Amino acid sequence: MVTLVDGSEESLRTYLKTLPGVDKVGADQRAAMLATRSIKTTSKSWAIDMAIQMVDLTTLEGADTEGKVRAICAKAVHPDPTDFSVPSVGAVCVYNDLVKVTRQNLDANGGSHIPVAAVTTAFPSGRASFPVKIQDTKDALDDGATEIDMVIDRGAFLSGKLGLVFDEIKSIKELCADRAHLKVILETGELVTYDNVRKASYLAMLAGADFIKTSTGKVTPAATAPVVLVMLEAVRDYYVQTGLRIGVKAAGGIRTTKDAIKQLVLVNEIAGPDWLNPQYFRIGASALLNDLLLQRMKLASGHYSGSNYVTLD
Amino acid sequence: MSRIDVKKTYKLFIGGQFPRSESGRTYEIKGANGKFIANPSLASRKDLRDSVTAAKSALPGWSAATAFNRGQILYRVAEIMQGRQEQFKSEILALEGGTAKAASTQVEEAIDLWVWYAGWCDKISTIAGATNPIAGPYYNFTTPEELGVVGIIAEQKASLLGLVAAIAPVIATGNTAVVIASEKRPLPAITLSEALATSDLPAGVLNILTGKVSELAPWMASHMEVDGMDVSGCDSKLETELRVLGAENLKRIHRFGKVPSPQRMLAFMESKTVWHPIGV
Amino acid sequence: MDKKPFEYAPAPESRALVSIKPQYGLFINGSWVEPLFKEKFATINPANEEVLSKISQAGKSDVDRAVKAARDAYTKTWSKMPAKERGKYLFRIARIMQERAREFAVLESLDNGKPIRESRDVDVPLAAAHFFYHAGWADKLDYAGLGNSPKPHGVVGQIIPWNFPVLMLAWKIAPALATGNTVVLKPAETTPLTALLFAEVCQQAELPAGVVNIITGDGVTGSTLVNHPGVDKIAFTGSTEVGKLIARSIAVTGKSATLELGGKAANIVFEDAAIDQAVEGIVNGIFFNQGHVCCAGSRLIIQENIHDEVLEKLKRRMALIRVGDPLDKNTDLGAINSAAQLAKIKELSTAGDAEGAFRWSPECELPKKGFWFAPTIFTGVTQSHRIAREEIFGPVLSILTFRTPQEAIEKANNTPYGLSAGIWSEKGSRILWASKELKAGVIWANTFNKFDPASPFGGYKESGWGREGGRHGLAAYLKGAK
Repeated sequence: MVTLVDGSEESLRTYLKTLPGVDKVGADQRAAMLATRSIKTTSKSWAIDMAIQMVDLTTLEGADTEGKVRAICAKAVHPDPTDFSVPSVGAVCVYNDLVKVTRQNLDANGGSHIPVAAVTTAFPSGRASFPVKIQDTKDALDDGATEIDMVIDRGAFLSGKLGLVFDEIKSIKELCADRAHLKVILETGELVTYDNVRKASYLAMLAGADFIKTSTGKVTPAATAPVVLVMLEAVRDYYVQTGLRIGVKAAGGIRTTKDAIKQLVLVNEIAGPDWLNPQYFRIGASALLNDLLLQRMKLASGHYSGSNYVTLD
Repeated sequence: MSRIDVKKTYKLFIGGQFPRSESGRTYEIKGANGKFIANPSLASRKDLRDSVTAAKSALPGWSAATAFNRGQILYRVAEIMQGRQEQFKSEILALEGGTAKAASTQVEEAIDLWVWYAGWCDKISTIAGATNPIAGPYYNFTTPEELGVVGIIAEQKASLLGLVAAIAPVIATGNTAVVIASEKRPLPAITLSEALATSDLPAGVLNILTGKVSELAPWMASHMEVDGMDVSGCDSKLETELRVLGAENLKRIHRFGKVPSPQRMLAFMESKTVWHPIGV
Repeated sequence: MDKKPFEYAPAPESRALVSIKPQYGLFINGSWVEPLFKEKFATINPANEEVLSKISQAGKSDVDRAVKAARDAYTKTWSKMPAKERGKYLFRIARIMQERAREFAVLESLDNGKPIRESRDVDVPLAAAHFFYHAGWADKLDYAGLGNSPKPHGVVGQIIPWNFPVLMLAWKIAPALATGNTVVLKPAETTPLTALLFAEVCQQAELPAGVVNIITGDGVTGSTLVNHPGVDKIAFTGSTEVGKLIARSIAVTGKSATLELGGKAANIVFEDAAIDQAVEGIVNGIFFNQGHVCCAGSRLIIQENIHDEVLEKLKRRMALIRVGDPLDKNTDLGAINSAAQLAKIKELSTAGDAEGAFRWSPECELPKKGFWFAPTIFTGVTQSHRIAREEIFGPVLSILTFRTPQEAIEKANNTPYGLSAGIWSEKGSRILWASKELKAGVIWANTFNKFDPASPFGGYKESGWGREGGRHGLAAYLKGAK
């Protein structure tokens, strides 16, 4: 493995300065052009099943309860109770106090293969003391989370405290060690520029992220196509530089099958087919799953289905 | 016994120098009254070639000079001409005949024309440029730039005014030029070159040849380093020949009327349009 | 693991949108007429060599009829019509083209071979936009800074190329009509169909008869039009070679002309460029429209210290270019327009091999029928190679390097052409410096191959005379304006 930085503030600053800039208009246009890809028939059914497997089925509400969690766990295992050929989702994503009950429910419903992802480090704002962030993550891990979705300290990033951001990610990664995959949420809507998105992507990868993730879902804009494009370029380039394949998770604002397929096209044509599986690409979503199911029914039956033919969980 | 005048040898003006023709040739100029006046140089195609070389090498500096600076230099030409007003007047009278008043008027108009174009130098881009409101996230602007080396066949009749009317707009915008002076009335052109040489105009920006238009013009039109031509001083038969020759490098060839106009500047300018994305 | 799990299934645009007649006459004086000598030639789909229709070869007497119709329309109708009303016809045309946009796009892709994504998203919307833009100028010419009450030339003869058939038609006809001229237009021999469809648009817009006349034919027809004594002005887009022929012939007849000719544009990538967008710009610069673009960025000039990085990314990107059926919505690179053009591209590429440049193309399967050429780059190209000097007009990129900005500019300007150039850098002052130094009519900085009706287009040096588009483009169609 190639070591690009020694972890010091100065080495991070120096390294990130070497990254080429991102021209916003050019990136927007590339994403817009890829959005014109027309995915039909066989490739569409392949894409729908792949997208279902990439979904991190998510509930992150103050009003979340055990009942709610029970429902989404059932759905995660068998998204369509009438059709067991529908694959189960990539993970179920919850706050850390619900990790245990999520794990239990999945296991009880034949979903022991589905990982539980927990959002930690004072999600979504990340504004808490470092020991709190550590404890937050520890709790999740102890309760059985095998995927940790942490947030970076955007304030620190924007004020140039790159070492602080780096150290936090590194510490959480050390906690996760072999027990969990680490997804690092950049909250691109707060970073604003694509240059920042690229820099933050690198910072997270250098610090040990297994995945870089666009957003918490609590800030708009979230996983816009050009932002995902810039992050996919980053993981692609990082792989060329280091041989390490980092995943990408697009979260927030992806609600329709069309949106999801556009994401898969981006993965296919920017990072490449090697990223086109749940190990390296995830979509954080809740409502999306039903639209994928409706479209899947349409392809199978040849006619349009209706909202009462998918379950509302 | 009255004092014997010291007469001037009329030479070419190439690259800021006053050489005789490399061919050693001269030709006889007679006045309106039919009397001998001078033996100016009969420029050859090699003199033309050297002039084009001089104009080409002066181009980067002159076109990069600020428009303000070019305006000051053009104005300086007017100042120097003002001081030589009498000399121009007597040459015009001798060559063209007519009244002293008419000769004076021609000189005054020529001087005023330099002043007029001096003021244009830093305005033509404002008038002829544009920011273009295109349908997309781009800043897009168009600005006129100098064409390059322009060949000028000066008007044959008004030996000074016709010349200034042709050269001032060409160099005002940053072009450099090679001029073939009025064939039968070349003396004011040479005197003008003496004014130019003392007016801070960089060497090679203007090069003035005297000689036969019919001999030199085709070499000018077929020269691949000449980007444009003002053929106002040609007859239509020669103009056709020059246009055919000039097609080889798609020279911009124009003929103009007598009225000074910004069109005379724009005819030897190229519009450049630049696009750049707007984004953070 | 399967390296290409996500194959895009064919997504063809429906051909049923267009109805192509088995044969076409000439559009003269508002109606369809047969050529006097009944001569026809085939126009084919270059993607599969299928004959699409039989097209009329206009002879001398047909050109006479068309020019006479244009003259009559000019003197009796068009020059007498208030400018405001003239403008309304252009607005109508713009709207009808928008209404029938998909039909134009499909027909264009069938006849030309370009991908439907481009005809649908670029050519046709831009063509309609050109009419919309110029429509507004018709009654505002007094304010254009092109002289007091500027006057039209009269009858304009227009000859357009095969690379952007309907877009070039719009670039020619819209400003000509807006300024009050009438038109005889000859589309290219290999791509006449959208111009003939445009004739229908003129009918639907109830444009007065003879204001627009469309005559088809080969170079002989074009030459007849250029030399016709009844034509006041020529507007031509095509090769520099033919442009010079026209310049010579109008030297004798004294007509004015605008010429949009060839190019060999430099696309300069500085070390501080936004590399990923630069790579997109390089791809768009040379592979847009199969490289059948006079302003194509056909000479890539890369700063030597980033050459390998850019090249690696470029190759990776090129491997994603989808070559095939022009009507497939996912096609990026369509068919070469004709057998003759394909032969020219092959000839120059072979010269590149012979001169010692290194050829590379991604693996891609080309269709068996039709005219095809894989996206290709040549590395190790020097200024003296033919592929660095001659316009290839195909999907072939020559790659050179530079060490200092001055060297980049010298190499870029070292060509008789001067149509366009590209600059890639994140440094503002460098971009402005380079755009000033480059001798080209259109400079794309951090973008490439962008067009807009409000943006003047046209070249320095042997790339032509005059501008098209924007306020500057109007001058070409008004007497005495520069």
